[in-house]
Amino acid sequence: MNIEQANREATDRMIEARPVLVGLGRALDVIPGMREDLLLHAGPPITWERASGPLKGAIIGALLFEGKARDAAEAEHLVTSGQIRLEPCHHHQAVGPMAGVTSPSMQVYIVENKTHGNRAYSNLNEGYGKVLRYGAYDESVQTRLRWMHDVMAPVLRDAIEASGGIDIRALLGEALHMGDEGHNRNKAGSILFLKALAPYIAKAAPNAAVAADVLKAIGGNALSVLNPVMAACKAMADAAHGIEGSTIVTTMARNGTDFGIRVSGLGDRWFTGPSQIPRGLYFPGFSAEDANPDIGDSTITETAGIGGFAMATAPAIVTFVSGTPKDAINTTLEMYEITFTEHRYFTIPALDFRGTPTGIDIRKVVETGITPRINTGIAHKQAGVGQIGAGLVRPPLSIFEEALVAFAEKYGF
Amino acid sequence: MIALKAEVRRSAYYDSVVLMQLQRALATLPGVVDAGVVMGTAANKDLLAQNGLLTAEVEAAAADDLCIVVKATDEAQAQAALAQVDGLLRRRRSDGEQDYRPKSLATATTMLPEAQWVLVSVPGQYAAGVARQALDLNKHVFLYSDNVPVAEEVNLKTTAAAKGLLVMGPDCGTAIVNGVGLGFANRVRRGPIGVVAAAGTGLQTVTSRIHQLGSGITHALGTGGRDLSEQVGAITALQGLDLLARDPETRVIVLVSKPPAPRIATRVLQAAQATGKPVVIDFIGYTAETVRRENLHFTRTLDETAALAVELAATATVPSPATLAPPFAPSQRYLRGLYSGGTLAYEALLLLQNELPGVYTNTPLDKAWALANPMQSQEHTIVDLGEDVFTVGRLHPMLDNDLRIRRLRQEAADPEVAVILLDVVLGYGAHPDPASELAPAIAETIAMARRQGRHLEVVVTVIGTADDPQDVRRQSEQLRAAGANVFTGHQEAVTYAAGLVRGRTGVSGLPPVTLTALTQPLAALNVGLETFAASLTAQGAAVVHVDWRPAAGGNERLASILAKMRNP
Repeated sequence: MNIEQANREATDRMIEARPVLVGLGRALDVIPGMREDLLLHAGPPITWERASGPLKGAIIGALLFEGKARDAAEAEHLVTSGQIRLEPCHHHQAVGPMAGVTSPSMQVYIVENKTHGNRAYSNLNEGYGKVLRYGAYDESVQTRLRWMHDVMAPVLRDAIEASGGIDIRALLGEALHMGDEGHNRNKAGSILFLKALAPYIAKAAPNAAVAADVLKAIGGNALSVLNPVMAACKAMADAAHGIEGSTIVTTMARNGTDFGIRVSGLGDRWFTGPSQIPRGLYFPGFSAEDANPDIGDSTITETAGIGGFAMATAPAIVTFVSGTPKDAINTTLEMYEITFTEHRYFTIPALDFRGTPTGIDIRKVVETGITPRINTGIAHKQAGVGQIGAGLVRPPLSIFEEALVAFAEKYGF
Repeated sequence: MIALKAEVRRSAYYDSVVLMQLQRALATLPGVVDAGVVMGTAANKDLLAQNGLLTAEVEAAAADDLCIVVKATDEAQAQAALAQVDGLLRRRRSDGEQDYRPKSLATATTMLPEAQWVLVSVPGQYAAGVARQALDLNKHVFLYSDNVPVAEEVNLKTTAAAKGLLVMGPDCGTAIVNGVGLGFANRVRRGPIGVVAAAGTGLQTVTSRIHQLGSGITHALGTGGRDLSEQVGAITALQGLDLLARDPETRVIVLVSKPPAPRIATRVLQAAQATGKPVVIDFIGYTAETVRRENLHFTRTLDETAALAVELAATATVPSPATLAPPFAPSQRYLRGLYSGGTLAYEALLLLQNELPGVYTNTPLDKAWALANPMQSQEHTIVDLGEDVFTVGRLHPMLDNDLRIRRLRQEAADPEVAVILLDVVLGYGAHPDPASELAPAIAETIAMARRQGRHLEVVVTVIGTADDPQDVRRQSEQLRAAGANVFTGHQEAVTYAAGLVRGRTGVSGLPPVTLTALTQPLAALNVGLETFAASLTAQGAAVVHVDWRPAAGGNERLASILAKMRNP
């Protein structure tokens, strides 16, 4: 077995994957293995007992949305009694930001990798403020969710289908040249998304008022493209998964309690350790005391070679950690130390159009002790308060060490 | 009430200069009586214990843990001092906006691709590993680290030599390359004298003295103190002599070392002699039998060495490189002598001793140069085909050319062979017309080599008279017509043959190190002591400092898995 060759194959597949947003559908209808009694969540597997505040809040909110529970206590009972099951999005070709809770009747984006044929899914982005993904579940959250699913989703679905599909890899390549890194900053990408869909939304909407509302929801939310982007990254990472002998990381995800990774050559086994509190800038009135440990599937962006890894393209966001543009460059340069190769389609103008560092190699992480740099939003530890800041976080080194030992055992090193 | 406070930081590696600076800064804080900042090795813990600075938590620390101990007039002062540690560590890093500091040699290489040198000054246990990475990246190595086992040294130098790379060290404190001091070096004028030294302060003393006497240095190459030992075999010293021999700026060479092992001394002196340049040799504490042998000058003190080198440099002229070199292919480097006469073979060995760095043979004076298999030549070789091993069951080669012709074809087919040296002995009792068989064979092998893109030189000594039955003139004409260079004097033939290959193997007998290692503007990667990088920068050399950490943070189990994955 040749590790270099295996990693070459894995990263070639990751890079050559061409994810295209092809449609929208109901989770129960489109997500493989989705069931009526199932909720998907971000990160590695977790129980109700170990779940953090925001995840619990989002579970409650989703069961209220589904009409399966009337209040928080009922929702909790459904889960603890086993009537409702929890499984990671990642076990179902799906990803979700922050709590990532996806329920059977939610509408999800469908992204298809046109190169290798695999599909990936992600829920809709609700915007800022009190939102389900941060564990808020009150009536205002429910009202918003219902509007998104009943009014926006059908328009969006028709618009996406009428557009013939949106090439997310191409969109990201362009957004990186406009100051996005694809994880914490999606301002440019969201506008490109709006630009691509606007004419079709105008046609698909039943009337001008709905068209205006949908356009405002997409255009007014600087994260609107994050979910399709995450599904696209998932489609790229999945294409690289399961290569015998490869040491490339194909999943990084957090459930608010544990940080988990999976490795291409180590099957579906998770390696988990404690999720850390991000270091960053807090909104007025909040501090690290209020922060929940890192949460969400959005680290799929770093897994695919953008996000924190493409920090050099997004100097504007270094202010989150009171850094300088030079720090942004240095962050990306550091990530080249732990990646196998450089991306062919995601390039960085400030580094003379060098490709982004792509394909985290567990050998290099353990060797150098450098863990991946992740750009992230910070959730309040209590359900429903929402986002209280943004910053940087790293996974624990121990999970890469465990993965390396498991690799050595499996392959006889 | 004196208080002792300690803090242990797991897997936090800092280089020793940083630790020293931190320790010094802590000791100057108010109320602090003493401070110790060390990595938690057993030796360091002993040191702390001796100074009354050992605490229970430090005792439990591992070798890759950073231990900070403060002794202060009271508990509050001790605590206050420890609280300053991060600030003090940060102070030295926060000088404005820093360029990216690479974490690995591989990354550093992409940042400074023109770097030909890697300076290694990490702790001994990691030094060989880093040096090996540098060699894998085709870089020359200045290995300052000590505590590198001799077996590792041999391994590194053998690997380096095969790739035409230099390893100066381990435990090499100083060198001057192209006017830039590496490690500890004095500011010394450029000039005509090159130095090879297995003694660090010896190198500094001689180069400083040369400067004081108004002359200067081309390059001063350190080898590490064990280079001239029996085990290491003077690999770096030989490479250094070879480089300085080829360096047109170097007019005089100085060689400084503790007295080498006798076998090594012979080899090194052979190489020194073969440089053709005046070589001043100070085997410290050793009195040579003579003060001068050909181009070799023996001295007894460092001052005398410097003075003589300066004097010789004022008068020495550099021999011009061999002109009209035959059009050999790059692979062709060696001479092979196929003798029928035992005494002639013996004389050839003696004559070549001063011309070439070492010659293998089936009749060695020194068994280190014995052919492993007499049927198979190695590097430069002289074989006596009249030896018993060849003549069992067949006629002597003076009578029967068959064996020699077959060996001639074998040598000619070897792409490393440039010159083949033969003797033809005439007279009563010998073959009636040896040239009638040898000449066609010579013509055939020269033609074969040409078809394969090589140029083969065949040099023949014909021993005999015009009155011999075979007639020396007739024999010579036939051989010449076949393309051979024919001589009737043996010494002349051997010297001519040696001259053809001398430039091809250098004086070291090792693959040559490219001269640009010394002559290009110095650019280096620095791993370990940051002060070395700063001093290169101050001297105007390009340098990238690697922010090095032990692989897997010093975790041996993980490091060994990584090593196995690299070389399964």
